[in-house]
Amino acid sequence: MDREKDKGSFSRGSNPFFDVFLETFFSFATRTSALFVFLTIFAIIASLFWGSWPAIKRFGLSFLFSSEWNPVTEKFGALVAIYGTLVTSIIAMLIGVPVSFGIAIFITELCPPWLKRPVATAIELLAAIPSIIYGMWGLFVFAPFFADNIEPWISDTLGQMPLVGPLFSGPPLGIGVLTAGIILSIMVIPFMAAVFRDLFEVVPPVLKESAYGIGATTWEVLKSIVFPYTKIGLVGGMMLGLGRALGETMAVTFVIGNADRLEKSLLMPGNTISSSLANQFTEAVGEIYTSALIELGLILFFITFVVLALSKFLLFRLTQKEGVRT
Amino acid sequence: MSALKNIDMGLYRKRRFFNFLILFCTMLATAFGLLWLVWLLVTLFANGFQYLNMAVFTQPTPPPGESGGLANAIVGSLVITVVGVLIGGPVGILAGTFLSEYATHSRIAPAIRFINDVLLSAPSIILGVFVYQIVVVPTGHFSGWAGALALAFIALPIIVRTTEDMMKLVPNAVREAAAALGAPKWKVTVAIVYRAAKAGILTGVLLAIARISGETAPLLFTALNNQFWTSGLNEPIANLPVVIFQFAMSPYEDWQHLAWAGALLITVSVLVINIISRTIFGNR
Repeated sequence: MDREKDKGSFSRGSNPFFDVFLETFFSFATRTSALFVFLTIFAIIASLFWGSWPAIKRFGLSFLFSSEWNPVTEKFGALVAIYGTLVTSIIAMLIGVPVSFGIAIFITELCPPWLKRPVATAIELLAAIPSIIYGMWGLFVFAPFFADNIEPWISDTLGQMPLVGPLFSGPPLGIGVLTAGIILSIMVIPFMAAVFRDLFEVVPPVLKESAYGIGATTWEVLKSIVFPYTKIGLVGGMMLGLGRALGETMAVTFVIGNADRLEKSLLMPGNTISSSLANQFTEAVGEIYTSALIELGLILFFITFVVLALSKFLLFRLTQKEGVRT
Repeated sequence: MSALKNIDMGLYRKRRFFNFLILFCTMLATAFGLLWLVWLLVTLFANGFQYLNMAVFTQPTPPPGESGGLANAIVGSLVITVVGVLIGGPVGILAGTFLSEYATHSRIAPAIRFINDVLLSAPSIILGVFVYQIVVVPTGHFSGWAGALALAFIALPIIVRTTEDMMKLVPNAVREAAAALGAPKWKVTVAIVYRAAKAGILTGVLLAIARISGETAPLLFTALNNQFWTSGLNEPIANLPVVIFQFAMSPYEDWQHLAWAGALLITVSVLVINIISRTIFGNR
């Protein structure tokens, strides 16, 4: 019935003016929506600038280098939050990148076909779990476990070593920078593993087969064929994971301990940009306090924008190469 | 001769062993990844299931020390999620349509795609601050509308991306066939391409719903929270993620129990939506 009607109007072209109107209207609507997406990012940047202007004017560049965060005297500096953001993300990368590599290799090279989909889906479900659930689980389950079983061991072994000792010494609190980094690593693994997997599958089978043909083992094929072929994309995938780790909020807020002090030890509480925002924004009184928090947001947006743009650029070059080849 | 053979076998064995070692490590890595999923889900069920009862669905959030449920938070979450998708969905589908159907030779399309991908991974808390600046500050109060708008901004890039990808999967011959029958472009898009890409677009919308129904950070500064039933979207509205955040961080045991129940509810619904969307697209 429906189909009959459609066919009818195709051939009749009943009312040319009506058709022209609908055509113009529809293309205008799609164009406006796309433009809306385009303008969103400028609106975000403008609003963040507007909100943080009082703090920028007051503190200038020293905001970036001061570790003081004192709402009472209204002296604010972003160093502790920036440091915490970077350190938690680096820990997440140190754990997440090798594991994601392992998962991607396992799924593409080692896994029997019937197991591929279940394993890939299970890993992707890790990304679907809301970040607040990670936070709650981290606070009530992982942190106590970590404090009882892992942290005493860490401070007894790593904490006694020369050079890195101060990084790993301190009381076993459970919550802290290291815990936040570990939970972040679990959260970014599915994103990176998915990108790596897609990249490994792009490698032309002929290249791999020729390496196998001259007697290379699976690892040698990966090392000499797959990695060199995909290396730019792999860096792009890591950048994507890093972008996610930098901006992650709720999971970190639960387990990092929210201390506005600069601590040498990774076992001590700290703060990240996003957790400062989550914890303090609604409680902030006074224009300067709110404005300093928005400036933190601006810094976070700037860092993630650069990282994500880089990731996009690196991954784009690979897909272009793919296009030329086929 | 035999010595040479021995040396070769030794090297061969070394390579074989190294290969085995690496592949074994990849298995360990996969097990490591799956371990967290299992651990998380097991503790979530073990802690959440015992506190899940009828009161959770029928009574509003209690003050500390009294019994109550999460009814107002569940309803509030449903309302702002639905409103968020109703705002973000149409705009996202239209923008995706533009990128797939209208922007083939446009110079702005790559820029839009790039910005959309950045928005896709941008920290959600930034979108909360953004909506706070453009809605909460001018109106002077937190509101359900602000929360829904923040969620719409998070859903938008997901829907744009999947809509474009799915519409591009529709073969060009189908479009040409419709155009040859004299159908104007909008009709080709609406009656032919949308119909063919329906399952894919729906998957994108479902994934967006799954993503925003667990989002907490952008709601902290927009919808805020409300201990009571709300009469409309023009005032702060209770929602599950923020209630879980507040209750889990509190020192009161009753509140923490409710937080576990809420966490279980959210996780199960998000995982179910995810699995449904996979099967919809898988069956196509």
